[in-house]
Amino acid sequence: MFRYFTDIFSGLWSLFVGMGITFHEFFKPKITVHYPHESIKMTARYRGHIELIPGEDGQPLCVVCGMCEKACPSNCISISGEKPEGSKKKVLTSYKLNFTTCSLCGSCVDSCNFGAVRFSREYNLASTRKEDYHYDLLKRLEESIQ
Amino acid sequence: MSLTLLNVVAAVIIAIAFVAANAAYLVWAERKGAGFIQRRPGPTENGPWGLLQPPVDGIKLMTKQLLIPGGVDKIIFVIAPVLAMFPSIVSFVTIPFSDTIVAHNVNIGLLMIFVFGSMSAMALLMGGWSSRNKYSMISSVRAVSQAVAYEIPMLITAITVVMIAGSLDLMDIVHKQSGGFWHWNIWPFQKGLFNILMPVSFLIFFVCSLAETNRAPFDLGEAESELVAGFHTEYSSMGFGLFFMGEYANIVIGACLTTILFLGGWDCPFGLLPGVWWFIVKIYILIFTFIWIRWTFPRTTIYNLLNLSWKVLIPISLFNLLLTAGLLKVF
Amino acid sequence: MSEPIVLQPDETFILNVGPQHPATHGVLRVKMTMDGEFIYDAETVIGYIHRMHEKMAENRTYAQYLPNLSRLDYLSAMAYCHGYVLAVEKAAAIEVPQRAEYIRAITVEMNRISSHLVWFGAFVMDLGGFSPLMYAFDDREQILDLLEAITGSRLTYCYFRFGGLYNDIDDDFIEGTRRFIKRMRKSLKMYHKLVTTNIILMTRLKDIGPVSADMCQRYGATGPVARGSGINYDVRRNEPYSVYPEFDFDIPVYSEGDSFARYKVRMEEMEQSLRIIEQGLDKLPDGPVNPEKKPKTIKLPPGDYYTAVEAGRGSFGIRIVSDGDKSPYRLKLRSPTYSNMHLFDEACRGMLIADALAFMGSLDLVIPEMDR
Repeated sequence: MFRYFTDIFSGLWSLFVGMGITFHEFFKPKITVHYPHESIKMTARYRGHIELIPGEDGQPLCVVCGMCEKACPSNCISISGEKPEGSKKKVLTSYKLNFTTCSLCGSCVDSCNFGAVRFSREYNLASTRKEDYHYDLLKRLEESIQ
Repeated sequence: MSLTLLNVVAAVIIAIAFVAANAAYLVWAERKGAGFIQRRPGPTENGPWGLLQPPVDGIKLMTKQLLIPGGVDKIIFVIAPVLAMFPSIVSFVTIPFSDTIVAHNVNIGLLMIFVFGSMSAMALLMGGWSSRNKYSMISSVRAVSQAVAYEIPMLITAITVVMIAGSLDLMDIVHKQSGGFWHWNIWPFQKGLFNILMPVSFLIFFVCSLAETNRAPFDLGEAESELVAGFHTEYSSMGFGLFFMGEYANIVIGACLTTILFLGGWDCPFGLLPGVWWFIVKIYILIFTFIWIRWTFPRTTIYNLLNLSWKVLIPISLFNLLLTAGLLKVF
Repeated sequence: MSEPIVLQPDETFILNVGPQHPATHGVLRVKMTMDGEFIYDAETVIGYIHRMHEKMAENRTYAQYLPNLSRLDYLSAMAYCHGYVLAVEKAAAIEVPQRAEYIRAITVEMNRISSHLVWFGAFVMDLGGFSPLMYAFDDREQILDLLEAITGSRLTYCYFRFGGLYNDIDDDFIEGTRRFIKRMRKSLKMYHKLVTTNIILMTRLKDIGPVSADMCQRYGATGPVARGSGINYDVRRNEPYSVYPEFDFDIPVYSEGDSFARYKVRMEEMEQSLRIIEQGLDKLPDGPVNPEKKPKTIKLPPGDYYTAVEAGRGSFGIRIVSDGDKSPYRLKLRSPTYSNMHLFDEACRGMLIADALAFMGSLDLVIPEMDR
């Protein structure tokens, strides 16, 4: 009989404690970031799609070894280069990235021994066409240098 | 004669307008309140502070296709939402907002309000049954047993107050509590009557009005995460809108009734300037508490709900009734 | 309820809690045969999100398979990567520097807290209380921001490499984590007051879905489900791996076997994870995070290798059968949710729907992990 009343009182007390907590939270500052009007600072290591790193002369550091193409689990990268006469190294002629199958794993960045690719910080990438996600990274590098 | 007719017509129109405005803007208040409790702003885009959100939602609801699924019982399907909204509007006619602002005071006002309140339980049953949907059927069965179980303690505590006041007339009940907050029915210091259990009565009445209006933590009828939407799953457009507005109108009626019976109606806490503004302040404090409770607690199960009513609320309210009767006899 | 309810098999109807439902945490279909409000029988239909991860492993090299593991159980992805990386390192005998081991343990425990916060929010929301979800997700945002600062991703981390990590942590991360630990301890106290001691929640969860230790052993349930039934088994303690023997933490075990016991186990696990993170940050050694010589292509010697780690839901096992080639011959993923889920089929007889959903929530199911 006594337990009946203690159960009711302790139950009621727990309800009042809970209500006190939500009342306290009612007056705390809001944590929503109103996205189009405000935005959050991006971290330095954010993983956007990859991009080529230029050397001092503005040319990509890529030597067309093909390690990134082989390392990619989803066959996103297709790369081609040619060897101009009189020079020992290959020159990059096209570097195409198919971002629709990329899983941002970083195997390409890891496998490059020449430090030629890194993650960009592109995130505003909504589009209605698949072709918008087939990036031509060489063109992107040339545009960013100008 | 025609003046009283005009009076009644004007009162009915004002009652409908008040109910509609409240139902619409209580949705806004609920969403803002929920947002603030959850540390987010709630509606902000439509209009300043989201104040245009209810009209926009109303337009959305009205322009949706009114779908009556094949195979439902057409008459009952169409009547159910109307029946959910109609009793609340009618109950407003008898509620006194102050000494002079009352549509039509009947001397059995309290009884009328309870009668119309029971009718809304029937609307839930009709809505769920006619929908020809297993989920709706389960939820309307739950809702009816909940409504029946919680009406009893509500009536018993109301009778306790009626015994103290001596009449069923709502204006008399308020007049007996006039003169400052120590005369209100919630405190045990009545005129000559010392009843320690009156706050308990207030709590029981409050919990019962939460349960009668199908409001969390007793909203098994709607139980969004379990049964999609319960008894109003099959309703679209204005059918859903009417159920929705009916729920909020019932909340306002519950708050008004609690204020009149226990908190002194339009009486000022210090007995200075009684008037309709105190009434409005008190009902909105109670409505804020309804919203606050909804967004804090999880839902009970049907067995815990019924256990609470039959094993806890009814014995305590009966005991209080007997105690009050005994004290009234002795003093 | 005093006597057991006797269900009539001839008055039943079938209720389909379909693949699309707010409370089944993924695409899971449960065909319930109901007698009124009670469940007479239930049949779970799984496989709606089977993505053939095990087959994909046979066509990829070991390094190319790393992103797949995060997508198995995306809520506690670090533990899955950890299991795979440990299995390959053990088989190929690659040395991992101490600093990398400590950072791995710290990030795995942070991910465990984030996974338990999602469970907590979603579980209480299923029961009808919508606010703790928002509070839990706010705490989880802090973890996700910290982990994004070092790994670059918020949910599907591809941070571990064979022999070490993708990149090192910096001082901002260490300070941020220490602040987070203080904040999380306050939040856990708040959840305790708001949710755990709440009378409505306690009556909702006590004596619901009783799972005995014997039933757990028959179905192979592990993790918080087994620890809520009295089985004192945690892979970090019983089959120690990585740097866990250096940490001092308790394993919460409750023997009642009902949903409330499982709930309490997970809440205390969050506190113990905070202890591990604190000790890890205090003991963090300096040094490199990658070994000096990392083999270019990993080829495991032929054989059969099995490693188990403690993921958010139980013991995640990974078995690699290799024939000396650069991709595995067979990779088997032992999913803890798959074993935990089938407790439902047996325990749900005679329950109400609301209780059945509370039971499923307390089992912490993540369907993509179950279907792989």
